[in-house]
Amino acid sequence: MNGVEGRKERIDRGIRVRASGLYALSSWKEISYLAVPPLVLIIGLMILPLVVTNMYWQRVISIVGIYALLALSFDFLTHFVGLVSLGGAFYVGVGGYLAAILNTKLGLSPLFTIPLATLGGAAICTLALLPCLPLRGVYFSIVTLMYPLITARVIEALNILGGTDGIVGVASFPNRWVEQYSLFIILLLLLFGLRRLVNLDLGLVFRGVKDNDQAVKASGINITFYKAAAVFVSSGMGCLGGAYLVHIYMWSGISQLALDFSIIPIAATVIGGGGTLVGPVLGAFILVPISELLRAFGTLRIVFYSLILMAFIVFRSEGIMIYAQRKYHQFERWVKI
Amino acid sequence: MTSETILDVTDISKAFGGIQALFKVSVKLNRGDVLGIIGPNGSGKTTFINCLTGFVKVDSGKVVYNNQDITGWAPHKIAHLGLTRTFQIMRPYYSLPAYKNLIIPLFSPRAKKFGGWRGGGKLGDRNTVSIDILEEIGFERDSFVPYKMASTLPTGYLKRLELARCLALKPEIILCDEVFSGLSASEIASMIPLIERLQMDGITLVMIEHRLKELFRVANRVMVLNFGQKLTEGVPDVVMADERVKEAYLGSEDLTDYV
Repeated sequence: MNGVEGRKERIDRGIRVRASGLYALSSWKEISYLAVPPLVLIIGLMILPLVVTNMYWQRVISIVGIYALLALSFDFLTHFVGLVSLGGAFYVGVGGYLAAILNTKLGLSPLFTIPLATLGGAAICTLALLPCLPLRGVYFSIVTLMYPLITARVIEALNILGGTDGIVGVASFPNRWVEQYSLFIILLLLLFGLRRLVNLDLGLVFRGVKDNDQAVKASGINITFYKAAAVFVSSGMGCLGGAYLVHIYMWSGISQLALDFSIIPIAATVIGGGGTLVGPVLGAFILVPISELLRAFGTLRIVFYSLILMAFIVFRSEGIMIYAQRKYHQFERWVKI
Repeated sequence: MTSETILDVTDISKAFGGIQALFKVSVKLNRGDVLGIIGPNGSGKTTFINCLTGFVKVDSGKVVYNNQDITGWAPHKIAHLGLTRTFQIMRPYYSLPAYKNLIIPLFSPRAKKFGGWRGGGKLGDRNTVSIDILEEIGFERDSFVPYKMASTLPTGYLKRLELARCLALKPEIILCDEVFSGLSASEIASMIPLIERLQMDGITLVMIEHRLKELFRVANRVMVLNFGQKLTEGVPDVVMADERVKEAYLGSEDLTDYV
């Protein structure tokens, strides 16, 4: 072979943590190997509201948190249950309107509207999606895409729920610290909670539904029940995001059913690395600020945004997190052949 | 062997559009039986199993299992009663290690009924039970095979994994759809004692098989299907001596049939 003297070899790092859980406590090196990546994320999210002083960007990081929540819910449903849902906007809309109604009509404070909108909204979304659960693959995606579109048009045409004006006068959070820290803490809890869940026995059933639903049926498990449970969890996170959004903007309207809430989480998942759960969160924290920065370009914003997305997909289609995890756990070296 | 009827199939028919996949097939299974189902390709063997386990809805006929009419039930309900099946095209969870594949059946309501919330009762959690079942079915316990990803396992192990999934449910009947196909002679030879073990444990078996020699070692009765109809049923030697069976397998020697 002329010119080729070696090839790159990829080797796992010599860390004993991987061999058995107990070794994690054997040295500081092992402990930090495990603990540093999550700590970076946690500390990063906790100091983010402190370092951002600009009023405009403070609003942006709240919105980013909501998109991160949506991306997390999309990643869970897609990569661990196998349901590719384009109904993110529907979840946000249901949660948002529900929180707005609870707040303006019943006068409940955000402390109660947000949990109620999360659980109630999740129940509504799950019931609404129940007829579609036997569908698989692209058919499920297409049908779920219809939900936000239909809901928006129905609200518009029947002039219900405030019609095109929306519901105004929704209470806001006491201050931005409560708003941002509660959102980020919930985001982190859900992130680590879901990561835990997918490795539990229960989570394996979800993953089994994704891998091979026929085999799950043959194992005597009702897959519709588990799909519905997963949709409940995922749509609940969407509704939570919607409820936050309504209280941040102090207004609920048709724009909460806009397809941005379906599509941007997907883009964030692709960029961050699907199936890692943390990747989509990072993806949202990269994508949404980029989109805001590009406002300087005016109408060309979408062009540059698309170019960045395309570059990511062409050159790093696996996603940032999968790439980063590989670099973290393994190293490469040249070997002679 | 007792003569208690465990599965009674009466006149089931199924058509896919214009193709009559099954036509009035009846068969009775006694507890502890090993029934072989043979027949040429496309004769409706797999459809028969699909109909019994609810993966395909029958057009007419009745399936009675343990004196309970289960015709038209959903697959998971039928599996819950202990009527389990394997798939001809193996259906493991490719993204999970072999032993984690069994966590899913062990999490089913039926397995919980026997194993409690941990899955194994006093024996331990589901991981322990899973490794036990895999050892029983021929995965070496101390090797790395049970911990390998299902996507990297060879066919022989995947076929065993199919059987293991049924065993995790503590089945009364296992419907095996070609567990020997795609295996080498030595792999089949190591599978046969396994099948005999299942039989000794009192599990009723239905085996679709093309490897007749191996099948006749274990089966005590054979049913022959051809073009969706039952040709004959009986003791292996008698069935194989039947002219109609030879005809179905080898084609008629009498060309006047085609004129």
